[in-house]
Amino acid sequence: MVNQLLQIDQKQVERARELAVQIARDIQREIDEVTTVSIERTVARLFGIDGTNSEGVPLPNVVVDQVAAAGKLHRGIAFWLANAVAALGKTPQEVAEACAGDLSLCSLEIQPPARVEQVLAEYTQRALEAIARQRQTREELKARLGTGPEPLKYVIVASGNIFEDVKQAQAAARHGADIIAVIRTTAQSLLDYVPYGTTTEGFGGTYATQANFRLMRQALDEVGEELGRYIQLVNYCSGLCMPEIAAMGALERLDMMLNDAMYGILFRDINMDRTFADQHFSRMINAYAGIIINTGEDNYLTTADAYEQAHTVLASNFINERLALQAGLRPWQLGLGHAFELDPKLPNGFLYELAMAQTVRQIFPASPLKYMPPTKYMTGDIFMGHVQNAMFNLASVLTGQSIHLLGMLTEAIHTPYLSDRILSLENAKYVMENARDLGREITFKPDGLIQKRSEEIVAKTVAFLEEIAQLGLKRAISQGYFADIKRPPAGGKGREGVVRKGIDYVNPFMERLGRELGLQAAEGGKRS
Amino acid sequence: MREQLIRPYGDTWNDGRVQLSFTLPLPAGAQAQEAARRLASQMGLDDVQIVHSKDLRDFTFFIVYGSCRHSVDLTTLPAVPAAEPPMDFEEINAFIAEKIGRKVVVVGACTGTDAHTVGLDAIMNMKGYKGEYGLERYPMFETYNLGSQIPNEMLLQKAVEVQADAVLVSQVVTQRNVHIQNLTELVELAEAEGLRPKLIMVVGGPRIDRILAAELGFDAGFGPGTTARDVAGFLAKEVARRLERGE
Repeated sequence: MVNQLLQIDQKQVERARELAVQIARDIQREIDEVTTVSIERTVARLFGIDGTNSEGVPLPNVVVDQVAAAGKLHRGIAFWLANAVAALGKTPQEVAEACAGDLSLCSLEIQPPARVEQVLAEYTQRALEAIARQRQTREELKARLGTGPEPLKYVIVASGNIFEDVKQAQAAARHGADIIAVIRTTAQSLLDYVPYGTTTEGFGGTYATQANFRLMRQALDEVGEELGRYIQLVNYCSGLCMPEIAAMGALERLDMMLNDAMYGILFRDINMDRTFADQHFSRMINAYAGIIINTGEDNYLTTADAYEQAHTVLASNFINERLALQAGLRPWQLGLGHAFELDPKLPNGFLYELAMAQTVRQIFPASPLKYMPPTKYMTGDIFMGHVQNAMFNLASVLTGQSIHLLGMLTEAIHTPYLSDRILSLENAKYVMENARDLGREITFKPDGLIQKRSEEIVAKTVAFLEEIAQLGLKRAISQGYFADIKRPPAGGKGREGVVRKGIDYVNPFMERLGRELGLQAAEGGKRS
Repeated sequence: MREQLIRPYGDTWNDGRVQLSFTLPLPAGAQAQEAARRLASQMGLDDVQIVHSKDLRDFTFFIVYGSCRHSVDLTTLPAVPAAEPPMDFEEINAFIAEKIGRKVVVVGACTGTDAHTVGLDAIMNMKGYKGEYGLERYPMFETYNLGSQIPNEMLLQKAVEVQADAVLVSQVVTQRNVHIQNLTELVELAEAEGLRPKLIMVVGGPRIDRILAAELGFDAGFGPGTTARDVAGFLAKEVARRLERGE
């Protein structure tokens, strides 16, 4: 139950949601028209295709690139794979391995539709069953072991070496961490393929690979049994391989994914059409897998001013919420992001932080909000940094946040040392236990600073959404509405990987997931 | 001359008091404790006090105080020239606002066949690199990141179109010195088009340094470890300098 510390005008909230529906509807129309190389590679992965060719190119890339080069991707890789399976009597993996040799998918004779349909149904069923099993395992483990009290303490490991990451993650869990995120190596988001196998080198993080996912999952299950607490695992469902990572995470039982509708466009300069299409399919997979997504609005405040631009965060929360619901995610799966990023020198800054955090909390009562720590005003002064983080911890427990990313005292210096993480966990445990029920004991003065600031943010959010609805989301982004960053609709990376769906486009996962998640027919695989 | 011998100051002149914290990969216990004490002693500390230790299971965290045996003789230090401190993010923006009075316009690209934008992105993208924001995040820079495999002609065309003050070229792939040929071509093309005097030309990459950049006819070259701040500071000062000289 969310504490009602603030008075929030529900009419304005309803208006904001109406506008978000309108904004998302326009984007959805465009999403439904296209597929992308990464969506198609995801289908290949879900059909069980894994491994690389002799040059280290992942086999999902090999098959999709081959069909794209033949100009036939508009029909969907699923069709070509199923056709090959039917024609050759091989498994999809064997077909992909043959493609690494000299098999050409598009040169095979087209098989009878009923036979192709049968193959599609069989392999789709197999993949969805594997995902459903993982979801069920998670639910059982959570029920048996339980999770920590909210705010859940979320820490990052980022050694670059998955084997070191495992040690650090287990140590963090033993000291109270509930959620472990493995940071990705710099620039993985711009790779148009997912690396293969376990990895021991990275810069500022560790490659997201299916083998690395599996190792970390195993390690966290182990330590979870030891502690009697289910430890959740996070990775990054973002960048050019967004849906592929979703599929890998679904199969390896990740629990959360950083999965934002606009982050790639704004902060990685990835093409809009690519990102919107990819985020949609990735979110359908996350929805079915029971994964909680974390959105990335906190990033806006690292570029734009947190006081001036608070309403852009809330507006983006509404848009992310709507796009997520449209992809079949449920409110309990939406870790909507916001952050504690006000200038520490701002008089009453803490009051304004509370105003924002509590406003978001009350507007999205059923969603597990993701609260991000101070980063922008962290310096090399670790002593001051530890105090800033304590204030952040207090704001979080007071306003009932759900997913709490722990600030590190060494934030501006290096990726966390083992001891940094533990000092931060001690800090959070102290503050959160000490002030556990403070939020139930207070309300904010009806005419006070915090209430007024909240009203200002909500009013500005509605006005901002009105403008975006007028312009359309793509034009708004191109005019710098979010994070002070402008991205042209036709620019950005990965644009060449966007393909218009043919009338005969086949994607059995989109169809099945659309049905299972109760989405409208227009969002199924076939072009509307 | 005791003032010339400097040790850390706790609460008394040259008491040498220091604090440090570290983690040893040892389970907590007498052995870890002794190892920490020995280590601190080897680091040059006397009167080692382990004021806090925490069991991190297979690791132990220590907070240690001690008196540093070592001192620094100031008379032996080389004379440090009073270098101008590099400007930070805020200072660079303030400098541009004051000295130039408008945004500095920059076009960046990985030119020729080069598809590696990691260096260019480190300098230009919002997120930046090594905790330093990229140029896109500077309110006083207007930036155009054209991405990878951009022909020299297109880069210059864009520079003209947006009236750029500077172009940033990133060259990562360097087999058979293909980067040198490509960079030389860019400078020649700029000269042929009459753009060279108006345009600040900057090149960066793992194999680039100031000397090579100058040889190739660039105004500056930035090698490994460069952050956006280095580039932003250079551009701000160079544009201001050119304005002052009326170029």
